[in-house]
Amino acid sequence: MKRHLVSTADLTRDDALLILDTTEEMAQISTRAVKKLPTLRGRTVVNLFFEDSTRTRTSFEVAEKRLSADVINFSAKGSSVSKGESLKDTALTLQAMGADAVVIRHSASGAPKRLADSDWLHGSVVNAGDGTHEHPTQALLDAFTMRRHLNPGRGKDLAGRRITIVGDVLHSRVARSNVHLLHTLGAQVTLVAPPTLMPFGVDSWPCETSYDLDAALPKSDAVMMLRVQRERMNAAFFPTQREYSRRYGLDLGRAAVLPDHAIVMHPGPMVRGMEIASEIADSARSTIVEQVANGVSVRMAVLYLLLGGSEPAITTAASPTEEHTK
Amino acid sequence: MTMNSMSNNSSNTNSSSTRRVLDEGDISRSLTRIAHEIVERAKGAEDVVLLGIPTRGILLARRLHARLAQITGRDIPIGTLDITMYRDDLRLKPARALEHTEIPAAGLDGKLVVLVDDVLFSGRTIRAALDALGDLGRPRAVQLAVLVDRGHRELPIRADYVGKNLPTSLREAVKVKLVETDGLDAVLLGAREEQPSHGEQPPPGGQQDQQHSDSSDKNAGSTQ
Repeated sequence: MKRHLVSTADLTRDDALLILDTTEEMAQISTRAVKKLPTLRGRTVVNLFFEDSTRTRTSFEVAEKRLSADVINFSAKGSSVSKGESLKDTALTLQAMGADAVVIRHSASGAPKRLADSDWLHGSVVNAGDGTHEHPTQALLDAFTMRRHLNPGRGKDLAGRRITIVGDVLHSRVARSNVHLLHTLGAQVTLVAPPTLMPFGVDSWPCETSYDLDAALPKSDAVMMLRVQRERMNAAFFPTQREYSRRYGLDLGRAAVLPDHAIVMHPGPMVRGMEIASEIADSARSTIVEQVANGVSVRMAVLYLLLGGSEPAITTAASPTEEHTK
Repeated sequence: MTMNSMSNNSSNTNSSSTRRVLDEGDISRSLTRIAHEIVERAKGAEDVVLLGIPTRGILLARRLHARLAQITGRDIPIGTLDITMYRDDLRLKPARALEHTEIPAAGLDGKLVVLVDDVLFSGRTIRAALDALGDLGRPRAVQLAVLVDRGHRELPIRADYVGKNLPTSLREAVKVKLVETDGLDAVLLGAREEQPSHGEQPPPGGQQDQQHSDSSDKNAGSTQ
């Protein structure tokens, strides 16, 4: 039976809540003196990173080590991939070495899905970000952070909460994963971006869209600022950085119109002064550092639920069973 | 989880093969006696910490806590200890949801920890609990209180405080019912059902050690 986490669109509401509730328990581990569980002892997890990432890879690595898994880091730089090896051959190699799970980050959208659907690997595939497609564990940690602030408690969802996601939605896998997951959890998501940075076909997503940040802010329970991904931009999407910052950056004036309880989020890495003012990033309502801490707990929960038993506790698209999908 | 779904299993309660071993009064008197024994053995229970093992161990720990408060006049620290991630049969069954672990703020170092569970059977739950404790602190000593000891140990583990020693056959199932989850206080002894009757999915072919389908068997090991 397959057991993967490729897209948040595959998660049912029950799955998502199970992951968030499990995360709540995992978060306690991080406060202990001995931050270690024997749960994945003897399992091998390969972090297969074809794209640069410090934060996500480190976060996964910490999560894997806290669950006592054997961790192997495999990055494209300095590996056989730079010599021209294909994804298939890399996967076959990892399979031959006995990987129980592969955490994959790839610049091509769909690479994790390809791995999950293939029979190259028998282990679990966890998507750690693929191109401009999805980044499910980031969305889960965002949802966990939101739930803690906006509707705390086991079994609670985000029903009726208004989440505004601002910035480079076009290139953002974080936005896409968040839209699906937050919709599943009952939240109302509004995407705010300049027209050039709004993805094609966004009207079919389960969310609203707007070009006007100032109109969206006063009714937001959480605002998530996205980085402008210049490394993925091969065209001029906006005239100048300063103009972007003036219209879509979160500065002190804009933060002042947020409701008192609203939180400010950023998936990182952030560019201070561009999409978010330094004062806001360091303010009490910013959850940016907390998100990083929650990232470890969420990834522990996902790895535990996928690998901890004889079969995964969460239903994914690859293993739809009747009683679970409805 | 496993235990909650058991309460729906009332048909078994009525069947002629099920026998009531302890009733409400018996359970209450057992817990009162255990509370007194704890105070006696710990010479006043100055440094006692109660840790309930989910699900029914937590409820029993709360009841012991109330009795200890009556006896000693002090508020004994109480917490919960989920042992799921320390189980030795984790990879034999589907991954399961975690229960809540809550350690009292004062910690466990140097304390006398009394683990509380409903049924002592194979001893595997307690082994897992001891492993979990090792990661949480260094208690001065660890003791075990159970409502029912049904025998058939698979590990060298024994209870310090026992509500009732209940000789059983492996074909029998011990069910502890408590008001908080099941609407009544009782310990029932009946035939073990052959079919998995709880909410969990049956294992995907092969391993059928899932036959222990009742609350007392959460720590079941091999049945041989």
